[in-house]
Amino acid sequence: MTPSIWVKMDTWVRHLVPFGVTFILLLLTAVPTHLPGFSGIAPMLPLMGVYYWAIYRPDLLPAWLAFIIGLLYDIVSGTPLGVNALVMLLVQGTAASQRKFFLGKSFAVTWWAFGLLTAGAVGLAWLLVSLLLGRTLDPSPALFEYLMTLCCFPVLTWVLSRTQMAFLKDV
Amino acid sequence: MKQSGAAGRLATFRLLVQRFAFLSLIVASVALMILGKADIILIERTRALVADALAPVLDAMSRPAATVAMVTQNFHELANLRTENARLREENARLMHWQTVARRLESENVVLHESLNVIPDPDPAFVTARVIGDMGSAFGHSMLLGAGSKDGIRKGQAVLSGEILVGHIAEVGLRSSRMLLITDINARTPILVESTRTRAILSGDNSGRPRLTYVAGSPNIAVGDRIITAASGGAFPPGLPIGVVSSVSDGVIRVDPFVQRHHLEFVSVVDFGLGGIIPFERPPPPERRRKSKDKEKEE
Repeated sequence: MTPSIWVKMDTWVRHLVPFGVTFILLLLTAVPTHLPGFSGIAPMLPLMGVYYWAIYRPDLLPAWLAFIIGLLYDIVSGTPLGVNALVMLLVQGTAASQRKFFLGKSFAVTWWAFGLLTAGAVGLAWLLVSLLLGRTLDPSPALFEYLMTLCCFPVLTWVLSRTQMAFLKDV
Repeated sequence: MKQSGAAGRLATFRLLVQRFAFLSLIVASVALMILGKADIILIERTRALVADALAPVLDAMSRPAATVAMVTQNFHELANLRTENARLREENARLMHWQTVARRLESENVVLHESLNVIPDPDPAFVTARVIGDMGSAFGHSMLLGAGSKDGIRKGQAVLSGEILVGHIAEVGLRSSRMLLITDINARTPILVESTRTRAILSGDNSGRPRLTYVAGSPNIAVGDRIITAASGGAFPPGLPIGVVSSVSDGVIRVDPFVQRHHLEFVSVVDFGLGGIIPFERPPPPERRRKSKDKEKEE
């Protein structure tokens, strides 16, 4: 029996959720928070989205969508075009290729792996921006951004897993 | 058996395609970086276009955030009402004194201007824009504004908050634009040390306190000196306040800017009729130039 048009559309919309959620995370990062000192070290929310979906639903946020998220991130944040695109792409690729290792493991393992991967990602972004500008950037804001991202990971993972349970349980 | 062989081959093929797609995306992002480095107009246009498309969403999202910030600020202010009052009373007394001095100097200035036949500075035109995006990033200090070329914003215009210099416009779309703060690593602002009239360049380095470079002559700069914009380079009008010198050590002079990034909700983009930091408009494309020449010939 072929599913009716409504069922197909429902599935299709549900399949858009991972990209949609990651995109909203991207926009959230850009909202002016009016918190003193926060703007230099805001967590890299879209990176968490890309990492999470790469492990749990790599079919719905494939490499090319991670690339697009990265490009949008570059445009909104004003970093040289391509830097975050490459970073997101590599994070998605690495996480998706190692996903068998994560499935069924405890949350601490996921967090630890995210720490390693994000360290690589922030380091690479720092290196690329420094290369493109021709000057070494001060690494301390990047370090704080990294720590901030790491601290936010549990909360965001909870939100993302709730989203996954709500929309993508059986599609 | 045969079927599984075919399926296996199909799977290998799919894997190969995936690998190839992944590699080509990596190549694409590296190519974008190189193209962006070459300052291609197409890249700039694309950035502006995407920023324009996102502007309405960002604008809508920035409003509740601003409201929340306002409410918390209200509570904060209520809590500190008493101390704030005392501080303001003291400041008022000091400012009354300054007002007398300023009145005297102003009348003196008018007389001197008249006797010297000074041509007055033109009154600047300005646009007030909402800050719709403040991407917290360790790699650059910039903000998205909810106004663009259709509101009269041009590249290189100065951005002020009140009377304080905040930065300049770096990218312009139709209804959004990107402002580069004076603390960004790419920002260079010609400045004067107010008391000694020493010229220098304020170079941002992505930290909260930009440093002075290319300091002219043998400077005698002390902590607490006020820094204002200089007219050199035609980038900014002279005399806009920027900040105060916060530290002088081993030849590194750092400036504490007056602008508080987290307080920025509205900024004014000011057209002083100067060339801006990018002093030349792009030359018209060749066909139009040829056409206008033809017109001249016809005339």
